[in-house]
Amino acid sequence: MAVCIAVIAKENYPLYIRSVPTEDELKFHYMVHTSLDVVDEKVSALGKALVDQRELYLGLLYPTEDHKVYGYVTNSKVKFVMVVDSSNTALRDNEIRSMFRKLHNSYTDVMCNPFYNPGDRIQSRAFDNMVTSMMIQVC
Amino acid sequence: MSPTQWDFPVELCCRPMAFVTLTGLDVVYNAVHRAVWDAFCANRRADRVPISFKVLPGDHEYPKCRPKRTSYEWYIPKGILKTGWMNKHLNLVPALVVVFYELDWDEPQWKEKQSECATRVEIVRQSLQGRNTKVAVVLIQKKTPLPPGEDVIASERAAALCNACELSGKSLFVLPHTDHLVGYIIRLENAFYEHAQTYYYTEIRRVKSHKEFLNKTTHQLLFVRHQFKIAFFSELKQDTQNALKNYRTAYNLIHELRAHETNILEIKTMAGFINYKICRLCFQHNTPLDAIAQFRKHIDLCKKKIGSAELSFEHAAWMSKQFQAFGDLFDEAIKLGLTAIQTQNPGFYYQQAAYYAQERKQLAKTLCNHEASVIYPNPDPLQTQTGVLDFYGQRSWRQGVLSFDLSDPEKEKVGVLAIQLKERSVVHSEIIITLLSNAVAQFKKYKCPRMKSHLMVQMGEEYYYAKDYTKALKLLDYVMCDYRTEGWWTLLTSILTTALKCSYLMAQLKDYITYSLELLGRASTLKDEQKSRIEKNLINVLMNESPEPEPDCDILAVKTAQKLWADRVSLAGSSVFTIGVQDFVPFVQCKAKFHAPSFHVDVPVQFDIHLKADCPHPIRFSKLCVSFNNQEYNQFCVIEEPSKASEILENLTQEKMCLVPGKTRKFLFKFVAKTEDVGKKIEITSVDLILGNETGRCVVLNWQGGGGDAASSQEALQASRSFKRRPKLPDNEVHWDSIIIQASTMIISRVPNISVHLLHEPPALTNEMYCLVVTVESHEKTQIRDVKLTAGLKPGQDANLTQKTHVTLHGTELCDETCPALLTDIPVGDLQPGQQLEKMLYVRCGTVGSRMFLVYVSYLINSTVEEKEIVCKCHKDETVTIETVFPFDVAVKFVSTKFEHLERVYADIPFLLMTDILSASPWALTIVHSELQLAPSMTSVDQLESQVDRVVLQTGEGASECFCLQCPSVGNVEGGVATGRYIISWKRTSAMGSVPVISTVITLPHVIVENIPLHVNADLPSFGRVRESLPVKYHLQNKTTLVQDVEISVEPSDAFMFSGLKQIRLRILPGTEQEMLYNFYPLMAGYQQLPSLNINLLRFPNFTNQLLRRFIPTSIFVKPQGRLVDENSIAAA
Repeated sequence: MAVCIAVIAKENYPLYIRSVPTEDELKFHYMVHTSLDVVDEKVSALGKALVDQRELYLGLLYPTEDHKVYGYVTNSKVKFVMVVDSSNTALRDNEIRSMFRKLHNSYTDVMCNPFYNPGDRIQSRAFDNMVTSMMIQVC
Repeated sequence: MSPTQWDFPVELCCRPMAFVTLTGLDVVYNAVHRAVWDAFCANRRADRVPISFKVLPGDHEYPKCRPKRTSYEWYIPKGILKTGWMNKHLNLVPALVVVFYELDWDEPQWKEKQSECATRVEIVRQSLQGRNTKVAVVLIQKKTPLPPGEDVIASERAAALCNACELSGKSLFVLPHTDHLVGYIIRLENAFYEHAQTYYYTEIRRVKSHKEFLNKTTHQLLFVRHQFKIAFFSELKQDTQNALKNYRTAYNLIHELRAHETNILEIKTMAGFINYKICRLCFQHNTPLDAIAQFRKHIDLCKKKIGSAELSFEHAAWMSKQFQAFGDLFDEAIKLGLTAIQTQNPGFYYQQAAYYAQERKQLAKTLCNHEASVIYPNPDPLQTQTGVLDFYGQRSWRQGVLSFDLSDPEKEKVGVLAIQLKERSVVHSEIIITLLSNAVAQFKKYKCPRMKSHLMVQMGEEYYYAKDYTKALKLLDYVMCDYRTEGWWTLLTSILTTALKCSYLMAQLKDYITYSLELLGRASTLKDEQKSRIEKNLINVLMNESPEPEPDCDILAVKTAQKLWADRVSLAGSSVFTIGVQDFVPFVQCKAKFHAPSFHVDVPVQFDIHLKADCPHPIRFSKLCVSFNNQEYNQFCVIEEPSKASEILENLTQEKMCLVPGKTRKFLFKFVAKTEDVGKKIEITSVDLILGNETGRCVVLNWQGGGGDAASSQEALQASRSFKRRPKLPDNEVHWDSIIIQASTMIISRVPNISVHLLHEPPALTNEMYCLVVTVESHEKTQIRDVKLTAGLKPGQDANLTQKTHVTLHGTELCDETCPALLTDIPVGDLQPGQQLEKMLYVRCGTVGSRMFLVYVSYLINSTVEEKEIVCKCHKDETVTIETVFPFDVAVKFVSTKFEHLERVYADIPFLLMTDILSASPWALTIVHSELQLAPSMTSVDQLESQVDRVVLQTGEGASECFCLQCPSVGNVEGGVATGRYIISWKRTSAMGSVPVISTVITLPHVIVENIPLHVNADLPSFGRVRESLPVKYHLQNKTTLVQDVEISVEPSDAFMFSGLKQIRLRILPGTEQEMLYNFYPLMAGYQQLPSLNINLLRFPNFTNQLLRRFIPTSIFVKPQGRLVDENSIAAA
């Protein structure tokens, strides 16, 4: 489904990043990194809205010829970025939204682990499996 | 850049304007004609009608019109659009030909002129044979025309001229050559414009009329062509709405064409043209979303139409051009006022164009890698007879061939080869870089810093491929820090790898070393084998040898680079590179840590430098040195490879000067602080680690402060958050993360070993010489020298206290204003161990309140640290808070001679001044003396002797004095009359005799003095006795300058009988006195009311008996009648 999933720390360094065609890893890294421009802009626009009315899902960040990049930002300003193949029309906004929610839940589990130090790279196997499941779901 | 085959033709990109030719104007030799022409072409702003003018000779040959086709039945089109068509209608075939002719209405040779004009028109008509082009005549006249209808000759002759030239009246114009030329010209061109529009309208009709003859099987191409033509004419007519509509239809039609490998290029080319037109018009109509939608549709439709696989780079080139053109259109629209947003701006299109340009390069690289022996085919299949193609997008070697089968496969092959060989000469990198830099400019505008960085990386990489390593490095170096600060190590590693290649290929030593250092560091995501290769290279470079070439480099470039490196080696000399590490993440980490935040001056300062290497192999360094803010310490903190002489120690030092990957190495430094630095901060300003040989090549890694690089602050933060338990390490090792940098320490003075005691009796009394005994005792083991005492008010308190506090060493005399509040550096001499000394200080506090006093003892002592003799200055201070209080309160009151309270006194009448001294001191006070100093206006009635001399007052006790005073009449003084001063001299009872007496001066209050008209005083004994006569004499004094009428009466009393005048009225002269004598005879014992004397002054009704009672007694003590002295009765009692 998704071809690349990334978790970005509040300070904008990657906490977790994985992409499916591993040979093009660098391209996806760049894609996720550049998408932060849009995330920053959207978050600063959101910042003015009331906190409890804030929508975490940022929607489509920007489309490229081959991919669509979606964003999601938690209340602690941790960002999730998901890259989806443009040709995959089966994925609608709602599906993306629920995928992000799942990701968020899993991320929360990681944070709840007392042995995890917030700000470190995520190395949880459970989180990894979750991401894998979101990447290989039937396209 | 010269236009390539992919660039859109100029005639497509320009804004089509009606084409009008002007004939009969001699713009070179005729000034009038020149002026007319200038008026036409100058200042063509947006408010002028869109016409493109051209001056042509009257006999100019216009393109010939082909004979009209009556039937399309047997006609098979050879292509979609002829290459010359657009240009023909923009610049060659006019909508209107204007014939200028100089002719006035009153021309004498009218007939001849008229026929000449008609001939000229005829010539123009001839050359336009078959075209619908309009002809108009403009008469240039010298005279201003009369209003229409008034000039009869003019209207006649105009009609005649029209007739002769076969013109309608609407096509004949008059241009008077007068002052208002521009105004006339504008009116003229508006008229021309109307004619042109009619022309294009008929053209559209003409093209439309062909439609019915067409059939769908053979004329598919014509459908597109006609639709395009209609749209283009509409544009010329400035009917952009219809133009857009027709272009859209044309676009749809073009995708209905049967596409095949042979014609796909033509279809794409035309689709690209039409798409360009549509987008352009959409932006013009301010519907950018339509433009974007059309473009997306266009790309989606065409993306997969690659065509021949051998020429797939052409498709990429075409795609790139589509995106670039759209980007340009978008950008242009923005310049005209459109607003773009972050996620939809021209940058994306340029970026995509660059992406396709890169793809084109890749494809060209694989498809065009012919051997050098393959030569360009001759004759050139890409050459046509005319030098240009007949139809857009066709292959030159098979123009006009519509069949889908390749009639001549050999020719086809040669053609393809020619294209491929031609593609080889294209400088792809240049195209890519231009597109990327366009995109960078856009993203910069739309707040996309990361996108910008990404594109700059791509530009840098492209420069690298283009072998422009200097530019590549410049770009990469510029963006590197963005990725570093955001912590995207994968991306940083990739950039660094390219940068390393560039620096290798240019043999840039410093850059090469810097990038190697970082690629070996912990931020690099390279695999170990790569790291180990880089490390080996780095060591080679430091040993003045050439490094191995970087992998995947161009072979030719590597050869050049190897030569460059060899040159570097031969040029060997001492070359030192200092690299500041705070901006990047090198492979050696450093942390400096002082053992304590402060050190006493008599102990050595100690600190550790921790080093850790992250590279895969152990690395040796030659020197480690530390710099401080006080550079004198630098020399003590250097670890250096010993000189070659001491080879024996080699093994040992090698161990020491070698960093093992992953292990933290600690270096302990020790030095003795200078005594001048006591109270100062010693800071490590930098740590230098030297790799390589200082005589040859070496690298100085320079850490600012106590270490730390671009990534370490974040790491330190993470480490501080972490709760992770670290595995146990052997005693002498520490965890890297647990080391906290401490780059500065304070030097503080040696701990004093003396005691300071203060002896005093608080609280202090105001103004007294308060005694403070300071006892200093030495507990040092050796003699202390130069003991100095600083004592007094502690600085930093209220400034007023400084004014009102004085300290002195001499207690025998009162200190004055000149004494300071703080006595500094009183030399006390030396002290032997165990010896003690005492010093008395006297403090005088002028105001009450609490004060902090400081006693500070400093001394010198010799001490030995690390076999170094130093003189330490030690000091000890004591502070004490002393309260100052008033020694006593003094109350003063005025009373009458009858001890009655007085609010005011009466002139010349005695009164009493009473002073009460109430001790407030907790210590006994001795009043040494008191003195009343009267003001000149006061006189004393009796002697002013002190009544309280040598009185000792305990706490809470009081002493009073009483003085009888009199005040002469002074008239009415505002605020009363000064009384004088009361001076009390006193000291503590416990104070020694030498302590001076303190005088406290109390200023007495002013008193209000009033005159009275009559003063009465009575002479009477102090007591009476029952049944014994008591004589009383009243003196009545007239104090006024008037004669007083006085009524006197004495009221009877139960306790007395009396004799004398009971009621009388008399007169008293000014200043005289009247005596009244009475004999009272007391009847009862005890305090008895005297018969009251009532006086009534007729002139002063205010003078009442109340007032009178103040001066004369109202009662008297009457003793019982005494018995005779009887001794027995006493005994009996």
